[in-house]
Amino acid sequence: MRIGVVTFPGSLDDRDAQRAVRLAGGKAVALWHGDADLQGVDAVVLPGGFSYGDYLRAGAIARFAPAMGSVVDAAKGGMPVLGICNGFQVLCESHLLPGALTRNQHLHFVNRDQRLRVASTATSWTADLPDEITIPVKNGEGSFVADEKTLDALEAEGRVVAYYVGGNPNGSLRDIAGITNERGNVVGVMPHPEHAVEDLTGPGTDGLGFFTSVLKAVLSTA
Amino acid sequence: MPVHKVIVDVLLKPEILDPQGQAVANALPSLGFAAPVSVRIGKHVEVEVDTDTPDDALQQVGKMAEVLLANPVIEDFRVRLA
Repeated sequence: MRIGVVTFPGSLDDRDAQRAVRLAGGKAVALWHGDADLQGVDAVVLPGGFSYGDYLRAGAIARFAPAMGSVVDAAKGGMPVLGICNGFQVLCESHLLPGALTRNQHLHFVNRDQRLRVASTATSWTADLPDEITIPVKNGEGSFVADEKTLDALEAEGRVVAYYVGGNPNGSLRDIAGITNERGNVVGVMPHPEHAVEDLTGPGTDGLGFFTSVLKAVLSTA
Repeated sequence: MPVHKVIVDVLLKPEILDPQGQAVANALPSLGFAAPVSVRIGKHVEVEVDTDTPDDALQQVGKMAEVLLANPVIEDFRVRLA
């Protein structure tokens, strides 16, 4: 299974995401923002960081990268796509996911281990997850917002994949930490599963489930 | 073709929380100012374009605002000639 990780100028967590893919048993493929060729990968991860310096709005410029044109087309065709943190912002700016991520309510950058309640395992990236996980969260613009109608629809359709528990780190509406599209192949999460894949360097290995999930999802559709 | 300067003002929609504006609103009284009823912070963008007419300039920059300068999910924008 080949999982692509797109590197934008300003991406920080692309290597961690590649490593997580390898630890889960997949082959990580480095993709470059300026290249529209996705090299035949089976799924794509948009990593965390500050693509294009977060100029204008986080994710706003990355959306127009040649690689993103291909990712958007592939996602509409059903390819699994995971956006983590900045990647989640890019998915919202690309209109693959509804809503937007805005400045943390308290204006502080937050970096801590965060408990999450997994609310949907019916996606390509969350099938393997237990009811509750702890993974790091680190963001300055992670407050998820959408209008009431969109929030109601997300919850009614089971499209919230995870909620913050034990304290909302950024003011996200309804404590939403991650969401998915109608089809369940595109997932955006603000916390970082790729930083919780080894006991030595993270709060545990709860993040690994995202990457093992997608390997199974790809296998079942192959 | 003449150069026209177009101004785009981008502001968070009224229903979207503006923590920057709130922080400034809370800071003002400590400097001796009367507490403002509200403060909202947005972006002011000046774009110069080469077009035949001012209307063409407005239209061109309006399109830029729609596609890139503002995010219609959370922001409103206004376009005017300088």
